[in-house]
Amino acid sequence: MLFDIDWQVIADALPFLIFKGLWFSIRLTLVATVGGMALGTILALMRLSSVRPLSAGAEAYVNGIRSIPLLMVIFWFFFLIPVAAQMIVGSDTPVHVDPFLLSVITFTLFEAAYFCEIVRSGIGAISNGQVNAAKAMGMTYRQTMTVVVLPQAFRIMTPMALTQMIILFQDTSLVYVLSITDFLGAAGVVARRTGRLVEMYLFAAAVYFFICFFLSTVVRRIEQRLAIIR
Amino acid sequence: MGYNWDWNVFLQKTPDGSETYLSFLLTGAMWTLAVSLASLAIAIVFGTFVGVMQTLPGRKARLAARVYVEVFRNIPLLVQMFVWYFVVPELLPDAAGQLVKQWDHSLFFSVVLCLGLYTSPRIAEQLRSALSSLGRGQQMAGKALGMSTTQTYRIVLLPMSFRIILPPLTSEFLGVIKNSAIASVLGLIELTGAARTMQEFTFQAFEAFAGATLIYFLINIIVVRFMKRLERISAIPGYTAMQGGSAANGKN
Repeated sequence: MLFDIDWQVIADALPFLIFKGLWFSIRLTLVATVGGMALGTILALMRLSSVRPLSAGAEAYVNGIRSIPLLMVIFWFFFLIPVAAQMIVGSDTPVHVDPFLLSVITFTLFEAAYFCEIVRSGIGAISNGQVNAAKAMGMTYRQTMTVVVLPQAFRIMTPMALTQMIILFQDTSLVYVLSITDFLGAAGVVARRTGRLVEMYLFAAAVYFFICFFLSTVVRRIEQRLAIIR
Repeated sequence: MGYNWDWNVFLQKTPDGSETYLSFLLTGAMWTLAVSLASLAIAIVFGTFVGVMQTLPGRKARLAARVYVEVFRNIPLLVQMFVWYFVVPELLPDAAGQLVKQWDHSLFFSVVLCLGLYTSPRIAEQLRSALSSLGRGQQMAGKALGMSTTQTYRIVLLPMSFRIILPPLTSEFLGVIKNSAIASVLGLIELTGAARTMQEFTFQAFEAFAGATLIYFLINIIVVRFMKRLERISAIPGYTAMQGGSAANGKN
């Protein structure tokens, strides 16, 4: 016997799933992408720096984060951030931090390691002649980077960075383990309340699929356009 | 800081008294390895089929492979795991569904199947680009020798392609190990799950997570060493510019 799908359950839960769950996932993805990109760029510049402690520190951080599971990273930061906040504020017990803020910090710090490698490969694609030309024109290191190298590097790595954003969107589903109501978390809540696990998880899978498939099609378009211009 | 350090926690017994927390974590690491190796095997088998399908001249085969890749790539792993574990047994015919649910090892096998299929499109994509990088010359040479398409793939194209994809396969291997942590959400006590359980029992979060993190580092180092050796052993002398092939030759 095949299972009968109860569409009504999905229809009833839709506002909760979209406005509470999906909205959380999307906000988290956007904020963590911007934060991760910013921090990742700084990390990449540190890694490429000739100052040893800077490059070694950045390298250790990036490799360390990249060699353990995201779930482990989530457990680490959800334990460490409240303790760190406690030390800063000087209270007796670990500070209660808003789950969204905690997720944003965790994903920003985690994704920064991955964005760092993307930015590094983008900078690596810029020929040395560009740097030398900037130097010949009397530009400082800061000017060389912000005016000449980074704008071109960002352009080259746009498809990679957008792909990473799609991966990040999928990764945000992991906050489920901390009982946070992201999209999957919301689906889980409804699934348990109504006992309709089949409908809710299939619906979640379908929504994730369409969003990610649509976005990756867009990224492919952008990639083609950028390729022609270059 | 209000945290009570206690590194001796690793020598304490777990609540059921059967082992120390150190061996509890190591048992978890064994499960991580078991899940990862089994998943990787499935991923390579399915990835090979799908990767080959993408390079076949037939339209239908290519379309089917494309759909397969897109479906498994665009749904988060955790969601796929829920679907395999909670949804698929419900959709099976009654008797089979019951059988799956009562089976002792259904969790392990759901996880392995899910992780294997999730990883397979990545391997398929790598194999596809390796196959197309070989160029038509090799394929034509096979044809000229009177080989069938199957023979050409089996004897000429695939052995070469597998050597080409060894470096990216290393990162897939590391990726599978990391992704296997998600199995802990369904209750499989692999390394991350063990660390989490240890934290819940002892409240020594820092020690538990540090122990698991160190073991992950160790596993990573061993896998990288092993794959490097495999690359060296399998390399065909003089084929690539870089002897033994390194990660740098992405696009040939």
